[in-house]
Amino acid sequence: MSRNHAFDQRNLDWYIDKAVQALVFIGGISAVIFIIGIFLFITKEGIGFLINTLDLQEFFGSPYWEPSDEDAPEYGILALLAGTASVTGLAMLIAIPFSLGTAIYIAEFATGKTREWLKILVELLAAIPSVVWGFIGLTIMNPLIIELFDVPVGLTVLNAGIILGLMAAPIMTSIAEDALKAVPDRYREAAEALGATRWQVVFKTVLPAAKNGLLGAVLLGVGRGFGETMAVLMATGHAVNIPGSVFDSVRALTATIAAELGETAVGSDHYQVLFTIGIFLFLITFLINLTADLIVRGIRNS
Amino acid sequence: MDNHMFAATELNQKNQRTEKLVRLLFILMAGLLILPVLIILFTLVYKGSSILSIDFLFTNPTNGMTEGGIFPALLGTIWLVVVALIVSVPLGIAAAIYLSEYAPDNWGTRLINLAIINLAGVPSIVHALFGLGAFVVFFNFGTSILAASLTLAIMTLPVVIVATRESLQAVPHAFREACWNMGATRWQTIRRVVLPNAVSGILTGVILEVSRSAGETAPIMFTGAVFFSPFLPQGVMDQTMAMSLHLFVVSTQVPNVPENLPYGVALVLIGMVLIMNSISIAFRMHLRGKKKW
Repeated sequence: MSRNHAFDQRNLDWYIDKAVQALVFIGGISAVIFIIGIFLFITKEGIGFLINTLDLQEFFGSPYWEPSDEDAPEYGILALLAGTASVTGLAMLIAIPFSLGTAIYIAEFATGKTREWLKILVELLAAIPSVVWGFIGLTIMNPLIIELFDVPVGLTVLNAGIILGLMAAPIMTSIAEDALKAVPDRYREAAEALGATRWQVVFKTVLPAAKNGLLGAVLLGVGRGFGETMAVLMATGHAVNIPGSVFDSVRALTATIAAELGETAVGSDHYQVLFTIGIFLFLITFLINLTADLIVRGIRNS
Repeated sequence: MDNHMFAATELNQKNQRTEKLVRLLFILMAGLLILPVLIILFTLVYKGSSILSIDFLFTNPTNGMTEGGIFPALLGTIWLVVVALIVSVPLGIAAAIYLSEYAPDNWGTRLINLAIINLAGVPSIVHALFGLGAFVVFFNFGTSILAASLTLAIMTLPVVIVATRESLQAVPHAFREACWNMGATRWQTIRRVVLPNAVSGILTGVILEVSRSAGETAPIMFTGAVFFSPFLPQGVMDQTMAMSLHLFVVSTQVPNVPENLPYGVALVLIGMVLIMNSISIAFRMHLRGKKKW
C-alpha cells in the first residue's frame, strides 16, 4: 500500500521541531548533569583520603583541627561543626521571627504601596553580596559589639549570627509569603464570616493551613546559613573553638575551606580533607533542600 | 434609648485592642528587618563616598593596594560576568523552554526540578571545590577567567532558568493553542508567539544573574580570581582581579589600608549590584503595568 503523502507531516519544519526538542532537552538535563558532576568531582578529589587515611571517629569526634602540622596533623571537625551550628542556630533564632513576621505582614496586613515597597526592600536585602555582609560584620558590627557589651573581641558568634540572620531572612520571607498566599481565600472568608478578627483569622486559620510551607521556608534558611561562606569567614573571628557563649570566636566549616584551600598543594592530604568537608557539606545541604522541597510540594498537591 | 445591639461589647473592645497590638508588632518586625539595610547603605555612602571619583574607578591600585583605584578589579568582574552569561543564558533559556513547553509531568521532570533547586542550594564554597576539581585541574584550564566563569555560570544557572520559566508560563495557553491550530509546529509556536511575549521577563532574569555573579566571591577565589595582578586580562585563559575578592583582600589581607578605601570598594560593588537589581525590579513592574492579558 502506498503511503498517503498528504498526511505525512515529516517535512523540514517537523525535523527542525524535533531537533529543537532534543536541543532544549539537553538544556533541561544539564542541571541534572551538573549536580551529578559536582558530586562526582568533589568525591573524586576527596575520596582517596576519605577511604585510606581518614578516621571517621576522629573526623567527627575530635575538636582538634591542625591539618597543616607536618608531624602529627589532626583532622577533627567537631569544633568547626560547632562553629557552623552555633552561628546558624543564632541566625535562625533571629531570622525565623522576623522573616515570618514580615511575611505575615506583607501577605495578610499590608496593602497597596506599603506592600510593594516592603517586597522591593526585602528583595534588595537579598541582593547584597555575602562579601559585603562580611565587610559589614568586620567594620560596622565589630566595633559596635565591643562598645555595647564591653567585650575584647567583636568578631564572634553574635556578630556572624546577626549578619547571617539578616542574610537568610529575605529568602525565608519570600518563601513564607508564597506559602501564606497559597492558602485559599475561602478559608479566610469562612473565618471572617464566623466573626473572627483579622489576627484571629491569621493565627487560627491561615498559619495552621500554611505550616508546611513555613517549615519549608525555615529549612531553606537553615540550608542557606549552613552553606554561607564569605560573611562567616569574615565575621566569626576564624578561631577553631567550641563556643561557650555568643561572645566567643568560632570558625565555620565553609570558612575553613575558603581560608585554607589556597595554601594547599593539589592532591595533598590537607587538600583532600578539605574536599571531604565539601562532600559532607554537599550531602547535608542536599538533604535539607530535598526535605524542604518535599514539604513544600506536599502542600501544593494536597 | 441606647442602642446596645451595635455598641462594642467588652469582648469586641478586647479583640480590637489585640488587633492593633498585633498589627503594630508585625510592622515593627518588618521595620526591624528593613532598617539595617538602610543603616548599612547610609554608612557605606557616608564613609566611602569621599574616595569615589572617576580616577578611583579607572586607575590601578598602587603602593601595595593601599592607594590608587580599582580599575583591574572592575574590568575583571566585567570579564567574569560576561563569559559566565555567554554560557549560562543560552543553556538556562533552553532548560526553561524544555521545562515550560516540552517536559512531560513525570519523574524525569521532577528530577530536573530537584537538580535546579539543589544547584541553587549547594554552598558557594562547594561550587568552588567543584570548579577547582573539574575546570582548573581535570580539564586543565588552570586558574583562569574561563574556569571561574564556568563555575559562576553553573552556580547562577537556576536564576536564569527560574525567571525564564516563569515568564514563559505567564504567556496564556490560548496563545499557543491558536498557533497550533494554524498548523504551526511546537518550535514555530515558541519562536513566533511564546518567546516574543516572554522576552522582557527573560531579560529581568538575566539582569538578576548579572547582579548575582558580580557579587559572588567564594566560587571565583580558587578558580580564576587573584588577590593582585599587575596585568589586565587579555583573554579567557588569563587570571584576573575581581571586585568582590578585592573587597575581601583590602579589608582583611592588606595592612595599613586607609579606612575609606575598602568602604569605597564596597560602595562600588553594592552600587553595581543594587542598580542592577533595581533595574530588574523596575522593568518587571513596568511590564506588569503594560500586560494586555
